[in-house]
Parts: sequence; structure tokens; C-alpha cells
Amino acid sequence: MRQSRRATLLFLLAGLVVGALALAPYLQMFLTAAKTANEVQAIPPTLLPEHWDFSNFLTVWTAVPFADYLRSTLIVASGSTVLVLLVGIPAAYYLARFRFRGRRIYLLLMIMTQVFAPASLVIGLFREYIAFGLIDSYAALIIPDAAFNAAFTIWLLHGFFASIPPSLEEAALIDGCSTLQALVRVSLPLAMPGIVTAAIYSFIAAWNEFVVALTILSTEDKKPLTVGISEFLGQFNVDWPHLFAGSLIAIVPVVILFAVIERYLVNGLTAGSVK
Amino acid sequence: MTRFVADTRRDTKARSPRLSRVRRSPEARALIWLGPSLILILGVVVYPIVILVQTSLDRINLTGLDKGFVGFANFQKLFSQPDLVPVLWNTASWVAVSVTLIMVLGFFVAELLNQRFPFRKAIRLALLVPWAASVLMTAMGFRWIYSFYYGALNPVLQALHLISSPVDWLGTDATFFPSLVIVTVFVSVPFTTYVLLAGLQSIPGEVLEAAVIDGAGRTQVARFVTLPFLRPYIGLAAVLNAIWIFNSFPLVYILNKSNPGYSHDVALTYMYKLAFDTALDMGEAAAMSVVNVMILTVFVILYMRVLRPEDAEAA
Repeated sequence: MRQSRRATLLFLLAGLVVGALALAPYLQMFLTAAKTANEVQAIPPTLLPEHWDFSNFLTVWTAVPFADYLRSTLIVASGSTVLVLLVGIPAAYYLARFRFRGRRIYLLLMIMTQVFAPASLVIGLFREYIAFGLIDSYAALIIPDAAFNAAFTIWLLHGFFASIPPSLEEAALIDGCSTLQALVRVSLPLAMPGIVTAAIYSFIAAWNEFVVALTILSTEDKKPLTVGISEFLGQFNVDWPHLFAGSLIAIVPVVILFAVIERYLVNGLTAGSVK
Repeated sequence: MTRFVADTRRDTKARSPRLSRVRRSPEARALIWLGPSLILILGVVVYPIVILVQTSLDRINLTGLDKGFVGFANFQKLFSQPDLVPVLWNTASWVAVSVTLIMVLGFFVAELLNQRFPFRKAIRLALLVPWAASVLMTAMGFRWIYSFYYGALNPVLQALHLISSPVDWLGTDATFFPSLVIVTVFVSVPFTTYVLLAGLQSIPGEVLEAAVIDGAGRTQVARFVTLPFLRPYIGLAAVLNAIWIFNSFPLVYILNKSNPGYSHDVALTYMYKLAFDTALDMGEAAAMSVVNVMILTVFVILYMRVLRPEDAEAA
């Protein structure tokens, strides 16, 4: 069926409106980050900066310990990504290949991690960390980030492993591989797109995590980007240009990573439910 | 998608000499393969719930010291707070109104992106930005846009003659809630669109053609073809959105930051303030957390219903 030229134009216009709305707040953040501290306080506000000033993207590194924030975020996001893959790959593989009693209970636990977010359990986590002496440590952020991303990773990889014919592994088993070797040599390479997707998704989720870090960390140079940037709001005179310069530096990499895994995202979020 | 989930247990046992040597039960083997993830989830999700329940029954002093069992005293204190009912009402209406709007808007955007027109791919990518960006930072962007003196919203609306004088969007009781809902919808529509789009694309073209050939009109196609195919996707997106919104601590935390009292708080920000901000009463905050966990348990049940575990197991 060919649609009329008018319909195409109408869809294009509607699409442009949707796209513009999706980007508008970030554009506004960018325009504010490119203003001087004086111009930001102009009443009425200026739409475009009178003097484009991109120095805020550089001075934010010295105005606050931005490099420390970034380092913490990178440590926590990488650590939790590695952890979630280490526990998630074998779990997803076993779920995809074998039947066993207790499977339902395991799936129920998976569902629980998707429903109970760190924010709702943060007091329990806080008291658990005090008991184990984990307060103010990177591990205290890495562990829950991995746990709460485990469900996405396992759902997604389960789908990938299930779509790899077991006969491929059986061939490897006949040739004398162990189950583990069959997984590592045969199925893992085939599931690579899924593993990359799970890794990126977990990395972004940990990168954006806020409430646990806000509660658990007190040392200034351990704070991640989210907590560091949120502290701008506590000041009497909020430094909006630096706040948004820092936010945009934090947003751009995750948007690029998200675009890389775009086509697999829905699989991980809806797997196990709709086919 | 075709899935090959043969029961390989029997096959491999028969064929592989190695497997026949090691005769562990599938449950014992499952424990090895699933164990690490189980430990992680038990330690970070299940055990904190146990601690929450325990803390809610103890009196915890200001320094965090546990002064022992006090029964339901924390719950009695919590339930006698005049703020509790408004907070729960805020939460329920916030989640319900947002989810409704998100589903309607998400459906329209998904239908749009399911059509053919230029730049469609670019618009899909633009939708990724609010989804990928940290909710915290997006909320701060909106806080700035809503700002009474410096924000962009007031001059734009004044230029369009929609308002006559600037409005303090986040500082006025009547406008706080709609402003919050707008940000909530903004950050949630992209995910919803992607899920519903996946649903729309799962409808076989022949089915739609057959309906049209049989003389179905636009609304009939929507009602008898599109909707039944979309139903599982709609259910899933609605439940996941409800869960995420309930848990969206940073949204309310940032937008409500300069307002005093609890009148605009939702369940999670109220709990957080009781624990770390205003009351500094861990016992009462833990009692509130237990209330939150019970609300979320309802979501677990809802989620299991849309997931239909018997299908999940076959998947």
C-alpha cells in the first residue's frame, strides 16, 4: 500500500514535533551551559546566549572535583558491569538449557529485583552496610548496582542462549569439551551481541545511579557524578551553567552507548513476557 | 523468534561420556550455575527487606544505635502522622495519572514511528536521549525550565498569551503536581514507545491486509487486530512504568527540593526524609519502608500476572 504524499508530510511534521520535544530540555541545558554566570541571572531570561561561552565545560573540572566524580562513576559502573556479567552469564545459560526444580522460585526472585528498586530498600541496605563495615566504600555501590541489573542481563542473555541450537554445543561435547568449555568456546561468541548489550545497559544504569550513592557515601572524592552534580542545588546561589555543563558531559557518553544497543533494548526489558 | 529449548539433559547424557561420568542432579548443578546470582540477589534484595522489618520493630536512636524491640510503636507513630495519608494519596495519583498519560502518548508515538516517512530513524534516536540520560539530570533541567525568574517556560507561555504573568510552577500547590507529572511522562514515554512499537511490528502484515480486504475500517482494524496483538505489550509497559514511577526517587527529590514540609512528597521521598533529613528516626522510616515494600509486593503480583510465568518458563 502506498501512502499519499500528504500523509507522509503529516507524519514527518508530527515526527519532527516529537523529536524536538524529546531534545528540548537538553537543548535548554546546553544553551544555559553556554551562558556566562551573569547572563544566566538576566530577567527576563535570554533565549540564546548573548556571548557564547563554552569555557564552562572546561572550568567545571576545577570548580568542583569533577575528575574525582568521573573517576568514581567509572570505577563503580565498570565494577558492577563486570560483576553482573560474571554472575549473569552462567545463570542465563543454565536457565536457557536445563530444566530443574526451583526454577519458578528463581524467576520470582528475578522479578523481585525488578520491582524492588534500591530506592525502596535503601534503609535496609544502609543498615546492612553498617553491620558489614561497607559504608562509604565503592563495593557498597558496585554490589547493589550489579544485583539490580542482574534481571535485565539474565532475561536478555537467556533469549540469546535459547536461540543458539543446542546441537552446536553437543558437537563440542562429543569432541570432548566439558559443559563449561562448550559454553565458552561455542555459545559465548554467538551470544556476543547480547553480552555487549547487557554490559552497556548495566554500565549506564550504574552510571546513572543516585540514591544509594547519596546515602552511603560521605567522602568527597568518592562521590559519583550524580551525587556531585546534585550538590550544586544545595548551594545558596545555584551555579546553573556549571551544573548543566557537568550534566551534559555525563549525559553524552551514555546516549551514545544507548544508541549502540538500541535494537536489543526491548528484548531485555520484555523478554520472558511477550514474544 | 524461533527458540530451541530442547531438553538437552537427556540427550547430552546419552551422548557425552563426560556427563555420564559426573552424575549430579540438575538441581545440584543449577546451584553451581545460578548460585552466584542467587547470593547477590539474596544479599542485596532479600536480606535488606529482612533488616527493614527488624528495624521497623526496634527503637533506633539518633546515632543509629538499636535500643531494642518496641513492637509496633514505630508503626503507631507513623500511622498517626497527619502527613501519611496525603503522601500515599500523592503517590497513588502520581503513578495512576502518569501511567495513563504515558500509555496514551506512547501509543500515538509508536503508531507514528510505525509509519513510513523521512528521518524516522533520527526521531527514534532522539527519543533515546530522555531514556538514556540520568533522571536526576533531566529533572534538574526541568527545574531550571520551570524556574519562576530565570526559566524558559514562563516567557514562552507569556509570548503565546497562555498565561498573563509568570507562574512559580514548582512552588505553588496547584501547579506542582501537574509539573511533576509532565516530567514523569517525559522520561517514560520513550521506553513505552519502544515496547509498543515492538508490539506493532509483531503484527503480521498479512493479518492486517486480510482485515482490510474483508472490509474492516480504521477503527475496526485497531479494535479487532491491533489491540489484541498489543495487549501483552500494553500490560507489560503499564506495569513496568508503574513500578519505575513509584521508585523514581530523584524526580520528586529534585523538583520538590526547595518546598518545606511533606505536602508534595511521595512514599519514597517521605521515607527518605524521615530517615536522613527531617525526623532522623530510622525506626519510623523503616516502618514506612515496610509499607513501601508491601505496596511493591502488589506490583510483584501484578507483574507476575502480565508475565504469565508458565509462558516465561516455556520461552
